[in-house]
Amino acid sequence: MPASLAASLPRPRGGLPAGMLPAGIFLVLALLPLVGSFTGGSYLMSLGSRVMIFAIAATALDLLIGFSALISFGHAAFIGLGAYSVGILSAYGITDALVSLPVALAVSAAFAFLTGMVCLRTTGVYFIMITLAFGQMAFFTASSLAPFGGDDGLIVAARNTLAGFPLLRNDRTFYYVVLFCLLATYLFCRALVASRFGRVVRGAKENPVRVATIGFDVYRFQLAIYVVAGALAGLAGFLLANATEFVSPAYMSWQRSGELIVMVLLGGLGSLDGAIIGAAAYLLTEEWLSGVTEHWKVIFGPMLVLIVLFARGGLIGLASAVVRRFIRG
Amino acid sequence: MRLRPAGGSLMSTSLLVVQILNGLQLGVLLFLIAAGLTLVFGVMDFINLAHGVQYMLGAYLAVAIYALTDGFLAALVLALAAMLAFGLLLEFAVFRHLYDRDHLDHVIATFGIILFLNQGVKLVWGAAPLSLPMPELFSGSVKLADGLLYPVWRLVVIASGLAVAALLYWLVAHTRIGMLVRAGATNAAMVSALGVNIRRLFMIVFGFGAMLAGFAGIMIAPILSVEPGMGDTVLILAFVVIVIGGIGSIRGAFVAALLIGLVDTLGRSFSVDILRLVMGPSPARTVGPAIASMLIYLLMAVVLYIRPTGLFPAKGR
Repeated sequence: MPASLAASLPRPRGGLPAGMLPAGIFLVLALLPLVGSFTGGSYLMSLGSRVMIFAIAATALDLLIGFSALISFGHAAFIGLGAYSVGILSAYGITDALVSLPVALAVSAAFAFLTGMVCLRTTGVYFIMITLAFGQMAFFTASSLAPFGGDDGLIVAARNTLAGFPLLRNDRTFYYVVLFCLLATYLFCRALVASRFGRVVRGAKENPVRVATIGFDVYRFQLAIYVVAGALAGLAGFLLANATEFVSPAYMSWQRSGELIVMVLLGGLGSLDGAIIGAAAYLLTEEWLSGVTEHWKVIFGPMLVLIVLFARGGLIGLASAVVRRFIRG
Repeated sequence: MRLRPAGGSLMSTSLLVVQILNGLQLGVLLFLIAAGLTLVFGVMDFINLAHGVQYMLGAYLAVAIYALTDGFLAALVLALAAMLAFGLLLEFAVFRHLYDRDHLDHVIATFGIILFLNQGVKLVWGAAPLSLPMPELFSGSVKLADGLLYPVWRLVVIASGLAVAALLYWLVAHTRIGMLVRAGATNAAMVSALGVNIRRLFMIVFGFGAMLAGFAGIMIAPILSVEPGMGDTVLILAFVVIVIGGIGSIRGAFVAALLIGLVDTLGRSFSVDILRLVMGPSPARTVGPAIASMLIYLLMAVVLYIRPTGLFPAKGR
C-alpha cells in the first residue's frame, strides 16, 4: 500500500477526527487521581498505574507487531529484565532511579540486541517460536537465581528514590510519573513511526524485498526497532517493580507474553492509541470479572474467541464501525 | 516437564540406562502431542495454542470415566472417543472460521480457549491434582538387569508411543488419506483445486490430532498428577519439537521429540555432575538446574540459527 507509506502517519480508521482519541485518553488518565480523591483513591490509583505500565509495554510491542510484522512471543522477558534490574540493584543497596532506570533500559536493550541478531534470521512462525524460546530462557534464568529469590521472587525493600528524594513513594506522584512515562513513550513512538526510519520499517512490513531493492538493509532497521521495543518494555519493567515493590519470574512467563499480544490485538494493530486502549480493556475486564467470580477466565476466554470471530480490527475497529454506522444514520 | 525419577540404582551406568529410558518416554509423549500439532500447522497453517489443553482434557476425561466404569480400558476408549468428538466440535465451532485469517487471530482465539478450559476443569473437578490408577496388569516393575528395576507402565508408554508412530507412518506414507495430507502440507490450495474436499480433510486431521493429544494425556496420567495447567508446559515443549523438526513434517517431529526428550531428561540428571568437573560443588548446584531447564531452548536457538526452517522442512514451504 504505497498510499499509506506516503502518509506521514497511519490514518485513523474511525470516524473521529485524528488526535481526539489520544487526547481524550490522556485527559481521562490525568484526571483520574482527582476522581480518586473523592472515592477511596489508592485502589483506583494503583489500578491506573498498572494499566499505564502495561500500556507502555503494549505500545512497545505494537511497534513490532503492528508496524513491523515481527510477532514477538517473548516480550514479557524485557519487562522482567527491567524489573530484575531494579530488584537486584536494590538488593545491593543501590536504590536511586538515576542509576536503576538507565541500567534497566541498557540491560533490556542489550538482551534485545543479542537475541534480535539471532531471531531476525528467521521469519513468520519460526520468528514467533524463537522469540518464545528466548523468553523461556530468561524465565528459567530468573527462576534459578537462588540469591535473588529463585522461583519465589524478590521483595524490593522500597521504591526507588529520584536523585535522593523519595518522590516515588507518594502514590499520587508515582501515578503522574507513570503517566509521564506513558505520554513520553506514546509521543516518541508516534514520532518514530512517522520518521524516515519508521517509513522504512513500515515499508519492510509491506514488502521487505522491495525495500531491500531500493537499497535499505532491512535487517538493520528491524534490529533497531527490536532494540527500541525491548528497551521500552524494560522501562515498563522498571515501573512495574517500583509499583508492586516485588519482582518475580512470573513477570516473564510465556502467558504474560501472550497477554501482551492479546492487549495489542484487542486495541487494534498498528495504531498506538489501540495498544493503550487494549491494555486498559484487558486489565479492567480482568479486574471486573475477577470481582464477579473467581472463575472469571471461564467468561473471559470465550469473550476473546468472540472478539476474534466477530470484531476484526480489535476494539478500535469495532468502535469505528459503530461510529460510521451511527454517522450515516 | 519434571517427571518423577523412576528406578533407583547405585551404579551410574544403570542410572544412565534408566535416564535414557525416561528420556525416551518423554520423547514419545512429546511426539504424540507434536504429531497432531505439526499436522494442523503444516496442512492448515493454523497455530493451535489450545493443543496443550486437549492433552489435559484427555487426562481429565479418563479420570472421570474411570470413576464411573472402574476400568482403565473403558476409560481409555471412551475418553479417546470423547476427545475425537471434542476436536471435531472445536473445529466446527471456532477454528474453521479462522483458517484464512492471519496467525495473530489464531493466537488470540486459541489463547482464549486455553483460559476457558484451564479454568473450566478447575470449576468442574477442582484445583487439587487428581490421579488415574494404572491397570493392575502393568502396575509392577520389571528387572532389566541386576539391581535395575523399571516400572512396567513406563515401558508400556514407550511401546504404545512407538506403535502410534508406526501407525502414523503407515497412514501418512501408504494410504490415500495420508497422501492427501502430505499434498495438503505442501500446497493446500492446489489439492483443493484438484477436487479434494479440503474442508473435510482439515476436519479429519484436526479431530485426529485432538485424539492423539488426548491419548498422550491418558497414557501419562497414571505417572503424572492430573491438574489444571498441565497442558501449558507440554504445549511449549511440543512447539519446540515441531520447530526443530520442521513444521509439517511427521518424521521431523519424531526425531526432534526423541532428541528433546533425551536432552531434557539427561540434562536434568547429569548437569550438576558434569558442571562439578569444572567448578565447585556449590555453584554447580546453583547453575546446573538453570542450564538444564534452558538446554532445549538453547538447542532450538542453535538449530534455528543454522537451519532457519528446522531439520526436516516439509517440501514446498
